[in-house]
Formats: sequence, structure tokens, C-alpha cells
Amino acid sequence: MEQPTTTSTPHSHSGSPSIGEPMTLRNDTAIEMQNLSAWYSKNQVLHAIDLDIAAKQVCAFIGPSGCGKSTLLRWLNRMNDTIPGARATGKIALHGVSLLDSALDVVDLRRRVGMVFQKPNPFPKSIFDNVAFGPRLHRIYSRTDLEELVEQSLRASALWDEVKDRLTSSALGLSGGQQQRLCIARAIAVGPELLLMDEPCSALDPRSTASIEELIRELRATYTIVIVTHNMQQASRVSDSTAFFYEGKLVETGPTDVLFTTPKERRTEDYVTGRFG
Amino acid sequence: MKTGRTIPQAKRILSNRLMWAACLGATTIAVLVLSALLITIAIEGTGALSWSFLTSFASRKPAQAGIIAPLMGSIWVCAICAIVAIPVGIGTAIYLEEYARRSRIKSLIQLNISNLSGVPSIVYGILALVAFVRFFGIRSADDAWTFGNAESIFYLQIPFGPSVIAGGLTLALVVLPIMIISSQEALRSVPQSLRQAALALGSTQWQVVWHVTLPAALPTIMTGAILSMSRAIGEAAPLLVIGGFLLVFQTPANLMSDFTVLPLQIYNWAGRPQSDFHKIAAAAIIVQLVVLLAFNTIAIIIRQKLQRPLQS
Amino acid sequence: MTSIAARTAAEISQRGRIRSAAFQGFFEGSIKATLIALTLLSVLTTVVIIAVLVEETIGFFTMADHPEISLWSFFTGTEWSPLLGAKPLFGVLPLISGTLLVTAIAGIFAMPVGLLTAVFLSEYASPRTRSILKSVLEVLAGVPTVVYGFFALTFITPYLLQPLSSSFGTYNAMGAGIAVGIMILPIVCSLSEDALRTVPQSLRDGAYALGATKFDVTAKVVIPAGLSGVVAAFLLALTRAIGETMIVALAAGGLAQLTVNPSQQVQTMTAYMVQIFLGDAPAAGVEYRSSYAVAFTLFLITFIMTWTGAIILKRYREEYE
Repeated sequence: MEQPTTTSTPHSHSGSPSIGEPMTLRNDTAIEMQNLSAWYSKNQVLHAIDLDIAAKQVCAFIGPSGCGKSTLLRWLNRMNDTIPGARATGKIALHGVSLLDSALDVVDLRRRVGMVFQKPNPFPKSIFDNVAFGPRLHRIYSRTDLEELVEQSLRASALWDEVKDRLTSSALGLSGGQQQRLCIARAIAVGPELLLMDEPCSALDPRSTASIEELIRELRATYTIVIVTHNMQQASRVSDSTAFFYEGKLVETGPTDVLFTTPKERRTEDYVTGRFG
Repeated sequence: MKTGRTIPQAKRILSNRLMWAACLGATTIAVLVLSALLITIAIEGTGALSWSFLTSFASRKPAQAGIIAPLMGSIWVCAICAIVAIPVGIGTAIYLEEYARRSRIKSLIQLNISNLSGVPSIVYGILALVAFVRFFGIRSADDAWTFGNAESIFYLQIPFGPSVIAGGLTLALVVLPIMIISSQEALRSVPQSLRQAALALGSTQWQVVWHVTLPAALPTIMTGAILSMSRAIGEAAPLLVIGGFLLVFQTPANLMSDFTVLPLQIYNWAGRPQSDFHKIAAAAIIVQLVVLLAFNTIAIIIRQKLQRPLQS
Repeated sequence: MTSIAARTAAEISQRGRIRSAAFQGFFEGSIKATLIALTLLSVLTTVVIIAVLVEETIGFFTMADHPEISLWSFFTGTEWSPLLGAKPLFGVLPLISGTLLVTAIAGIFAMPVGLLTAVFLSEYASPRTRSILKSVLEVLAGVPTVVYGFFALTFITPYLLQPLSSSFGTYNAMGAGIAVGIMILPIVCSLSEDALRTVPQSLRDGAYALGATKFDVTAKVVIPAGLSGVVAAFLLALTRAIGETMIVALAAGGLAQLTVNPSQQVQTMTAYMVQIFLGDAPAAGVEYRSSYAVAFTLFLITFIMTWTGAIILKRYREEYE
């Protein structure tokens, strides 16, 4: 279902910062969470989270394994619906649209929120069909539009030059890093406002990791990006703001450079300096 | 301080050797059995195989008997069985694997399916006799509901009587649990990450199944389907119960035709005391095994064809 | 350049015509309803089987002109002669004992051979040997049972059994039992092999690291760890043996007698049903109806066995998940 009154398409946002522009936190908030708690069956995994995420910036969720950061990410596109026994209370809003509303059309939500997973998971189809998969689900395109969309999406994920001559061959023939960039292109092609990335580099070698990180920095001009990572260097390299979670609670959040250099909380300091986790 | 007696090295080596020999012996038995089976049938049957054996009807004289009626009967019955059992089996598997949430009802249905797979095929014959052949006695054969005319291959009467369609549906009942279970296993082997990817792109449940899960599982599903069909084409007991054991002197012309199948014909001939009939029974077995071999070959080809696009 | 492409992609993605949500919802709903209906077919099958068998069995036990037939006489009677003699006798024990005798012979043959072959496949065989043997077993599994019946009649009895002892007739429990054993061999073997292969490699490694020989590992670690899976495999295979029809109809004979002598002919429950449905017994007659009571007994036995097997298998799988 389309909700044109509440949905602002990505390109309609004005004043996107270009690359290299100094980082300033703007008032433009993409996601608001208030008093968000979540459970898997009887286990409470998130405790009363209050967090705002700014639009067109990269926000990193960090914290030791099991701290609830991936769970939180998966509530942002309601992927937790697929897990029996998962439930949440409180409020999450994406550009003012409440995400925990039971009447929400999750299919439409997921069209507006792209997701990239820990391990690259291209479909066993051709490169073209992988990218065209999402668009074809939701709309009917002319052949030329679809081809252009696939090309621009692949350019956006910096993969076009490597694959333009073999769009019809299987995506499974690509290297791990290429596959992950294909998955990013696949998410982009649907035209989302928000990109969720769940430890997108954890299965990749250092060179592929570097190329994905560079890509993330470029993509924030167009999308709001939330990235879960357990790699603190990565968080400091790619993100504008960082939220630190511990045992299901949000310990501290703020601009990345502040959080990493002068954390307010003792726990945050211990974690970012590598004393635990 | 040393307590306990060490087991002599020689004894440990011996027990190890014995185990190996026992396992090898058992495996050899399996191979020998298969060889004996194939050799017996080849010796008995090759003499009787001929073109006229394949194209003649049954006869009281073994030298003139042929298997055209049961051969065509098997093809008809198996085709009907495939048309019914394969989609129903895949559909059920999709519901159980992709739609149904973990619940008491789901696990009961699952248990029921594995129980059905253990029900002897002859019991399905009884069910089919009452349900398909006699339609629970609601309508007698003399005043059956009739659809279409006898010229059409879709000519149909209810109750079905001991007809090709009753036979096909009976076999569909027999193989349905196998079909469901093998399709479920195929769907279960599709990585969860692919479903997640499709869902995260905003696919509905059915779009996930249709565009992602089903294509990925299809080669395995087809293999299961062909195994189910080779089970169906070898079944005799349930068809015997519904009355498919007729001396048939024509090939099926429509859904209401009388029929017999190869395994029933083999049973008929093998059960007679004269050794000449044993020879033609063996010849019919050779034909049956060739058909099964063809099935397996098709399975392998489908598997390879469908897997190719997945490889770069 | 990436960000320009991203913005262009976002723009193009809005160009297509949106698919109708209402239609899609309707379509999804109909698909789901169809799938549920298909799933319910298997439930319906069970219900109808039970209903038919119960109804006809009650009919058999309450026949007006046969007041002597009761549950008690049916399950304790030692004579089954529905067709011969002036007064038909319906004591199901000879049929049950015939079935059990054939099944026991099959089990005694197939369980050790199948299990040892499974051990060979999972612990000893090289991948190449393994794939060859697996295809031999697949061929065995695909052979129609009527072929095994023929094999019993034309090879096992005349060339293996009769040279051993002249007491074996053309039809005997032993020949049929061995043939049924050959039939269930692939089932025993592949299910037990599955069970053995699910035993984690770490258990084996642990034992080898303690200096165990292959025998120690197999007999003391792998088989005990996979035991419930193996037991389930045996149960499921024996269920198949009990319900097997064509082999016994061809090779076991047609005389229902209470015996444990494998050289004698016996009649199994399934073979009796074949006899009735092939014969000219009138549909309302007592012999005809008796076959439903026999079928119900058979159904109950196999149902309980499969159920037990399925539950053991489920427990076992949960152990390793």
C-alpha cells in the first residue's frame, strides 16, 4: 500500500550534504524510538530504548554480542515478524509512521526499508534478475526503465564496471565482496529511504571490507543508513553517530567522534578502548 | 600406581579386523542379492522378449502372450497419479514449511503424514474401493452420473468403478505422503538467508515461495517426485483390491476404461505353476525395470538441467 | 558518482506503475486458502480410512446370521477357515502369527545386514565406493515388490532352501521372509546410515584422540549415540514388512496355520485380503466382511508402529539440534 502523505521519496529531501561537507547534526529525524522494549518469547532482549536517528546520516549500533543491537535493527523493518514469539512494545516511527502498528503493511514497509545481511545472500539467479527482483515485485516497469534502474543501482553500489558484461550470468559466480555489493544494489533498486546493514562486512576479507565501507560513506548522501557492527574501527570510520548497547539497554549515544574520544559513561569507555567485549 | 589390566594389543586389533570383515561381508551380501536377482530375471526372461511380446495382448498360450494392455495401463494410471499427487504433495509441503507457524495442529498434521506413509498400500486399496470405485454406495453403477460422452478421453462417470481414473487416484493416495515428505525436505534445505533476502525486499509470503524457495528446491522436489512415481508404477496390491486385476484385451481409451498394470500382470503370470508363464513373467519384469531405469535417468537429467543456471 | 547513481536509481524506481495492492491481497488469500485445502486432504484421507474400516468392521461383528463372531472369538480363536468347511471359523491368530513369522524372518535377515552395511557406508567406505553402493541400494529400493515375490518363487526357494532341506515346499514362510528382508534392506540401511551420519564428528574425534580403534569408535561411540535413530529405522522397516502384500501373496502360500516352522506355508493378513478381493466372495458375505476386520487389525498394528517410530525419530533429531 502506498502512503504518499507520510512517505517522502528519497530524492525529494532537500539539502543532502555532499561528500566531504563537514558533519553537522541536523534536526531532520528519520527514526524515533520511545520506550521500546522487545522480547523473544519470555526473554526480554531490549529494555526501554529511547533513540533518535537523523536522516541521511550513518548511525552505527555497537556493543558486545547478544546486546540486542541486531534485534533492534530487525524491528526497523519488522523482520522479527518471521520469528515465532518475537514481540515489542513502545514506539518506533519512521518519518512519522508508526512501525509497531499491527495494521501496518509490512510488505510496504520493507519496500521503503532496504536490508543487507551479515552473509551475502544473492538469489541463485542472474545478476540482472537479482537487482530487478525487488522492483518487479512492486511495480510494472518498461523494459528500458528496468534496464536503466538495474544499471544505476549497480553503479550506485560501485559494481557496474565489474559486471556490466555479464549481467545474465549467475550471481553466485561473483566473489564475496562483489556479492555483498550486489545485495546492496538489490536493496537500492527498490528505492528505499532507509538502509539497514547487519554486520555487512563480517564475512568479507579486508579489501572487500574497505570497498563496502567506502560505499557506505558515499551512500549516506542519499539514504539514512543504520549499520550494526562489532568492529569499533569500522564504526568510527563509517558512521556519523553511534549508539552503544549493553545487555539490551542503550548505554550512550552521540556523534561518533565524541563517543569514541570522550565517552560519558564508564562502560562505553571500557568497550571502545577494548577492555571488554 | 598402575591399576587395571591393559587389554592386549592383539585382541584390540583382532576385534577391529572382525568388525571390518563383518561390515564388508554384509555389504557383499547386498551386492550379491542384487546380482542374483538381476541374473535370475535375465536368464528367465530374455528368451521371451520380442517385439510381439511388447505389442500383443494377454493370451492363454504363453508363447503368444504380450503386455501391451498392462504397459499402456501402467502409463495411464501413473500419469493420472502424477497429475494429482505431485501438485497436492508440493502444495501441502509448501503450506507446512512456508506458511504454518509452529503449533499443536501443525505437529499433529505432520505426525499424521508420517503415519500415512506407514499405512500398508493394500489398506489404501480398501479406502479407494469404497470411496472411488463405489462412491460410498451413494449412487449405484447402473445409474451413475455421467459427464461427457464415451468418445472423449475425459468421459467420466461417478462412481468411477474399477477404471483407469480410480486406479490413478488410488496410487495418488499411496504416494502422497512420500511426495509431501520429500518435498518438505527439499524446501527445508533451501537456506533461510534467501527467504530473509526476499522478505526484506518486500515480498509477500507467496512471492518468497514462488520466486525464491520453490525454484531453489525444484531439482530436489523433482527427484522426489520421480521416486514417488517409480513407487507408484511398481504398486500392485491396492490396484488388485479395487479390481484392476482383469484380463484386459484393449488399451485404455478414456478415463473410464478398464485397465491392468504391469505388476499385476507379473503377479498373474508368476503365480501360475507352468514354467513357461514364469518366463514371460520375467520378460515383463525386464520391461518394468527398464521403465524404472528410464524414470531414474529422467530424474538425473532434470536435476542436471535445472542446476545448470545456478552455476556460473 | 555513486551518489548520483543512487539518486538516479531512486528516481527511476518510482517510475513504474504500482501493482494493485487489493488484487495482491486477494491473490495471497486465495493461494493460502488453496494450500490449506490441499493440506487438509491428507487429514481427510486418515479420517476416511478409519471411518470406512470402523464401519465395515462393526458390520462384520454384528452380522445377524453369525452371532458366534465376537471380538473375543476373533482375537483368541486359533483357527481361520472362512471358506472351507460347513461352519466358517474366524480366529485371527493364525493370520497374525503368519504375518509375524514372515516379518521376523525378514527382520533377522535385514536388520544385521542393513545395520552393518550402514556402518560400512558411514565409517569405512571411500566416497567412491560409497556412491556405488548407494546406487546399488537405490536400485534395490526401486524394485517393485512383486519382483521380489517372483525371485522368492524362482530362486530363493528352489536354489537356496530346497537343497538345504526337502521339507521346504514351493510355498513357505522362509522364502517369503527372506524376500521381504531383501525388500526392507535398503530402508534399514539408508535410515540407519542417516542416523549414524548425524552423530557429530567431534564425538568420533574425541574417541580417536583417546587412542580408540575404529572398532571402539564404531561399537562404543557411534552406534550407541545413533541408537534411537537406528531403532526407529528398524521399526519403520518392520512396519513395511508387516504391510507387504505381493511377496507373501506369491510366495508364502495360502494356508492359514498357527506355526513357527519356516518351511511350512503360512497366510499373512495381507495375503488373506488378496485372496478375498481376487475371489468371487459376495460383497455382503461374511468372508468378504471379515477382510475388513483383518484390514483394521493390520492398520492398527502398523499405525502404532509408525507412530512409535516417528516419535523416537523426532526425539532423536531434537537431541542433535
